[in-house]
Amino acid sequence: MAEAEFSTLVEVSLRVNGERVSRRVEARRHLIDFLRLDLGLTGSHAGCEHGVCGACTVRVDGEIVRGCLTLAAQLDGADVWTIEGLSDTGEVRDLQQAFVARNALQCGYCTPGMLATCADLLERSPAPSRAEIREHISGNYCRCTGYEAIIDAVETVAAARRAATGQVAIGQATIGETAE
Amino acid sequence: MIAKPAIPDVLREPGPGIGKPLSRVDGPLKVTGQARYAAEFNVPGLVHGYIVSSTITKGRITRIDTAAALRRPGVLHVFTHENRPHVAWFDRKWKDEDAPSGSPFRPLYDDRIVHAMQPVALVVAETFEAAREGARLVQVEYEAEPHETDLAARRHEAFTPGKEKGGFEPPPKPRGDPDRALAEAAVKVDVEYVQPTEHHNPMEMHGSTVVYNDDGTLTVHDKTQGAPNSHSWVCSVFGLSKSAVRVISPFVGGAFGSGLRPQHQLFMAVMAALQLKRSVRVELSRPQMFTFGHRPPTIQRVALGAAPDGTLQAMIHEAVQESSQFENYVEIVVNWSGQQYRCDNVRLDYKLARLDVFTPLDMRAPGAATGVPAIEMAMDELAHALRMDPVELRLRNYTDRDPNQDKPFSSKELRACFAQGAERFGWSRRNPQPRSMREGRQLIGWGVASGVWDAMQGQADARATLGIDGHLVVASATADIGTGTYTVMSQIAAGTLGLPIGNVTFKLGDSALPMAPIEGGSWTVSSVGSAVLAACERVRGRLYKLAAKMEGAPLGKAKPADMVLTDGHVALAADPARRVPIAEVMRSGGVLAIEEEARSVPYYVKRAQHTLATHSAVFAEVRVDEDLGTVQVSRIVSAVAAGRIINPKTAGSQVMGGVVMGIGMALEEETFMDHGLGRYMNHDLAEYHVPVNADIGSIDVIFVDEHDEVVNPLGAKGVGEIGIVGVPAAIANAVFHATGVRVRELPITLDKVLAGLSRRSAA
Repeated sequence: MAEAEFSTLVEVSLRVNGERVSRRVEARRHLIDFLRLDLGLTGSHAGCEHGVCGACTVRVDGEIVRGCLTLAAQLDGADVWTIEGLSDTGEVRDLQQAFVARNALQCGYCTPGMLATCADLLERSPAPSRAEIREHISGNYCRCTGYEAIIDAVETVAAARRAATGQVAIGQATIGETAE
Repeated sequence: MIAKPAIPDVLREPGPGIGKPLSRVDGPLKVTGQARYAAEFNVPGLVHGYIVSSTITKGRITRIDTAAALRRPGVLHVFTHENRPHVAWFDRKWKDEDAPSGSPFRPLYDDRIVHAMQPVALVVAETFEAAREGARLVQVEYEAEPHETDLAARRHEAFTPGKEKGGFEPPPKPRGDPDRALAEAAVKVDVEYVQPTEHHNPMEMHGSTVVYNDDGTLTVHDKTQGAPNSHSWVCSVFGLSKSAVRVISPFVGGAFGSGLRPQHQLFMAVMAALQLKRSVRVELSRPQMFTFGHRPPTIQRVALGAAPDGTLQAMIHEAVQESSQFENYVEIVVNWSGQQYRCDNVRLDYKLARLDVFTPLDMRAPGAATGVPAIEMAMDELAHALRMDPVELRLRNYTDRDPNQDKPFSSKELRACFAQGAERFGWSRRNPQPRSMREGRQLIGWGVASGVWDAMQGQADARATLGIDGHLVVASATADIGTGTYTVMSQIAAGTLGLPIGNVTFKLGDSALPMAPIEGGSWTVSSVGSAVLAACERVRGRLYKLAAKMEGAPLGKAKPADMVLTDGHVALAADPARRVPIAEVMRSGGVLAIEEEARSVPYYVKRAQHTLATHSAVFAEVRVDEDLGTVQVSRIVSAVAAGRIINPKTAGSQVMGGVVMGIGMALEEETFMDHGLGRYMNHDLAEYHVPVNADIGSIDVIFVDEHDEVVNPLGAKGVGEIGIVGVPAAIANAVFHATGVRVRELPITLDKVLAGLSRRSAA
């Protein structure tokens, strides 16, 4: 019977936020429920349950994915990062600071997924225009803030990161010129 | 648990005074994923419930077969109307703080089906997935009866509701002879507007985690806008003592009204926990988020007559709105028109039509977001007919007294809203001619509308406890649904006691805390903020008394009236350099903590002599694709007068969020009903469109200075609703200015624009 297979237990070993995790999970368990229920990582949220709203966005093997469209059983050997891990490593700290400073959140429910998506954008595109930011994070719904502050926050962080790396580049160029 | 330090140190920001743009104090917890919502409290032995929804709209259940569900591994129990535990019988036991008159819905009460997707069973299982699978295996047979869900079909059987609900005012009696004045007016418009069903759709679905404690008491984590409301409802419905239940709700993932009444998941989780003596979680699915209340569809007629100079001579505003068969949901839809404009001949009329739907439910600016767009679109039509600037027309008929009640406004800076908004927007450069601006195939239009909302206040309690360590804990059972309650209450407390914001902890969302009303209607700052202020003022008074009695009289012979609190010290107002640390004052008085509780009550007498309202002027720029009919809102300027703004950062965010929801109302949001089936067709977030980032252009919020000594001791009116109210009409009016096409049925989707454009070119 087909239904029986959905509850079949599947052995998975993966890394979550840098820690090795081995579990037997039902084949039908979604990644978002695995994170929230099995691992207690409740920072990732479910909003629409069908891949539209982005509240469950997490990083798997370097790509952002929908936790509600991914089955935990698919993730043997995967490297998963959630907001808890991204906070601990400090990787998104500047984004988090900017979100708070700009009030780019209200209820906070969409925020962890939004941060994961914004981090993904800045990795791909260090100098996005406001239109590009809007486009990239349009798969992450926010019902509270009016979006404007989110764009402001991402724009600020992008500029700050460019300034930081720009200084390094200028420094290297100076060294290069001196060597000539 | 993550024990890493919180990320941004908002507590070191300059502050804490009222009016400062502090960052939200709950921000660090939310950006790190540490804020816990109702369905995130995991306890050992937790089981999961999943609701089975009816497949018919009206009729009765003839047979319900749970055997297949119960055979599935992991399924523990299936609750139906046949085996549910005893619950209250009287209607009044099912009433909550936001209940209108009528007979509240009772889940699993009997075999009657009164609306589509009504809960008919709850499957409880060891895992969420097993519960969901079990729910699919419950077989229900029905005897269906004919239903009616189409407002247009019932509009002529509508009735005039009475008071029905606290906070609702029936329309005032007619003034003058509006029909005759309309017939005789030189210029007139007489049009009908249609607005659809909308659903709140907060990002977090409604969930309740009920922890069954060893002593049989319940700790309920509920998604609600009022922990005390959920608490008293649960106790009343299940016949439990107040001490047997505690409702906790520290974080709420948005609500917009959806959490004003206890929802199905709360009943289900409590019922299952009591019966099974286990901890139970029930979450609604996103489609089930469309089963417990909505902004009701409304048909409105607005007729305006004016003299050639724009003076209003006749105003008729009639609304027919949906309600359910079992409750009389009411909201203030038409009264606003008579309040906003001076006119001698006015008739305002509001009726309800009973349909086979769930009872509607307050959704952001309930009533105003429906009625004000209608009058404000009609005013634009009138301005066009008069060949008059729409701002000028509004100012021509401006009123400093509320004509409905013949009372002065406690304050009304709407003129300043128009002036400052117009200036920021560049309104003076507007060519009044429709279709006068374009860029390639993009038609550009500018529109304006005003907004209005009540400045309400309820009774609330707060407790303030100042420790000798200088830390202040303030508590009230209110909610923070993202609005900024934690932050502004901390700010009011810190400001009153001259403490750094980092020394203040505000506690909310707990039925064990001092009483507060449901959080809604923009009244939380007014109600709870006033209680926080009062409690902190009492603490301050006691500190002053202790300081006056200090040995050695470090402040001389100063009386309490001569003292101020600043920077953790009691100081002389006349000479702030002479000061004593609070800790020293308390030590000298022999107290380790000062605790005071206060109840704030509105200024009933002063309020009764005035009309109290927030106002806004909203300016919108749209770009309409002439070939595709798509509408993009490129710019919004919203100028708001809402009394004193406690925190411009969180308040500005509220207004921007309201603007975006207003854009949704104007262009996107609509829950479609299949009247044949009596069911909503697009009950998910893929098909119920809400604005996403790419739909939004620039949003500029202005807070106009407004002084008000009637509204409450803070002078603050609240901003949760006003942000949305003027937006839909401003956009609709801008679409007309861009295209010459009037779309009178929201949302203004491309099919309606294209139909109008082709009618126009055919003519």
